[in-house]
Amino acid sequence: MLALNHEEAVTSHEATASPSRKPSIVDVLSANKIYADGTEALAPVDLSIAPGEFLTLIGPSGCGKSTLLKLVANLIDPTDGRLQWWRGGFDQVGGEGRRLAFVFQDATLMPWARISSNVSLPLDLAGVPSAQSKPRVAEALKRVGLEGFENRYPRQLSGGMRMRVSIARALVTNPDLLLMDEPFGALDEFTRNRLDSDLLALWWERKLTCVFVTHSIYEAVFLSTRVVVMAARPGRIYRVMEIDEPQPRGEAFRNSARFADLCRQLSAWLADASLPSPVRASP
Amino acid sequence: MKPLMESERFVRLAAPILVGAFLIGGWELACRHWQVPVFLFPKPSDIARSLMNDAPTLLGALWVTMRITFQAFLCAVVLGTLIAFLFVQSRFLEISLFPYAVLLQVTPVVAVAPLIIILVKNTQAALTVCATLVALFPMISNTTIGLRSVDQGLANLFRMNRAGRTATLLRLRIPSALPFFFAGLRISSGLALIGAVVAEFVAGTGGRGSGLAYEILQSGFQLDIPRMFAALFLIAFAGVSLFLLMAWLSKLALGGWHESEVAREA
Ligand SMILES: Nc1ncnc2c1ncn2[C@@H]1O[C@H](COP(=O)(O)OP(=O)(O)OP(=O)(O)O)[C@@H](O)[C@H]1O
Ligand SMILES: [Mg+2]
Repeated sequence: MLALNHEEAVTSHEATASPSRKPSIVDVLSANKIYADGTEALAPVDLSIAPGEFLTLIGPSGCGKSTLLKLVANLIDPTDGRLQWWRGGFDQVGGEGRRLAFVFQDATLMPWARISSNVSLPLDLAGVPSAQSKPRVAEALKRVGLEGFENRYPRQLSGGMRMRVSIARALVTNPDLLLMDEPFGALDEFTRNRLDSDLLALWWERKLTCVFVTHSIYEAVFLSTRVVVMAARPGRIYRVMEIDEPQPRGEAFRNSARFADLCRQLSAWLADASLPSPVRASP
Repeated sequence: MKPLMESERFVRLAAPILVGAFLIGGWELACRHWQVPVFLFPKPSDIARSLMNDAPTLLGALWVTMRITFQAFLCAVVLGTLIAFLFVQSRFLEISLFPYAVLLQVTPVVAVAPLIIILVKNTQAALTVCATLVALFPMISNTTIGLRSVDQGLANLFRMNRAGRTATLLRLRIPSALPFFFAGLRISSGLALIGAVVAEFVAGTGGRGSGLAYEILQSGFQLDIPRMFAALFLIAFAGVSLFLLMAWLSKLALGGWHESEVAREA
């Protein structure tokens, strides 16, 4: 089934943790998750997130992508194993150069608050005075192309615009690690492509580290420096694909033969990862 | 300029008024045509005349009833909201106290009013207590549900940003609860009026400082049916005013964002 030659595109999972890399931002150390009802959402996983990488999680529905992302965001605790942030506990997160932001699958805005208040929420909660937060809010909104919408309410915006507000809210804290769970899943292909390009430019410009969950093979290939393919029941890492295509990537990359090859490759792995366990060739 | 009939506001106002005018006109004509005696069923014009003649007494009675209603409503809002906050703070408190809130709700006020009137010396205070009991439950249950119905994603967002208890309450829980709170206000304000009138009926106090219920009772004894209708009309009028006031408050608070108050787009 894996007849394709993927020597150049792929390195084994162990190699990704090689000492030549800079010290990782987050380490998932044999962490697993068994929910209260007994569902083994995630078998023990090892994964290191390096600074500046764009890591994408892809896999069949229910394979534990959101669970893994929530572990990284410390929204849930692992059942066994542990995680490290900047080589320490979660209390390491939040300081200068160590900020974390999460973009949820739906925009998750406060319907009663104007767009500007929605975006400034993380700053308000951190006690930043409004004189300082105002210009930052304006900048974040400009960044996502929503200047002039400060005084609207979320219901007055389209789904795509709301998603961009949600991204602006994540950016306003100047995060160093940006976690996104299918942020563009509900959008049309065209809008999604445009937001993908914007996101990639932002990531490159700000030297962010991104962990991204998607169901779209094209999106994964276009954005990522590394794609982690997961398999279900129990959720685990199935394959890892490194994509060393240089930045900045643009339409030329989307239309290239290399892009098509990588997509085909990823698609084959994904199909493999989605097979019921007994039939699957072991990785 | 749009033709008047296509303006939503105009139709909303004009249609019910037109229906009212037709009903009242029909009523007047029917009474005249069949020459219904005034002590059986008065004409609208009789009622209007009675309303004019007895205006000082009736308006005084209306004022008394409204004062009790507002006092009871205020008590119900303050108490109900406080109890709701307690319930949300502690699951244990809610589990142990909620059955009694229900008990309070299902016991008819007519049945407990005599007891309260005996226990509380001051009649005004007794009536307020009765009306409060009637109006309390919707405030408790609505506000409790409101404070609990926080979007899980937003709750996660607040947690990730290390929001404290107070910040979460002020910026997340209370705004989430507002639509439920205002729905509670609408129900509760009407119930406070009903409670006040029912309690007055039971108390049946006369003399100065008696409310509309007493006027209705008195008119019944004296077979002054037009006056009875006039008092009835004032109660209905007060109820509608209360409802409109609450609707206006709700629109003021939620108009910008909540689906229930946002005008439907054309
Ligand atoms: N709170 C929970 N309690 C119990 N089981 C859960 C819970 N959340 C997720 N699960 C289970 O854990 C497994 C993984 O869920 P998860 O949400 O991580 O999948 P996913 O890969 O994000 O799927 P999708 O692509 O559909 O979003 C699923 O089988 C799901 O039923
Ligand atoms: Mg998911």
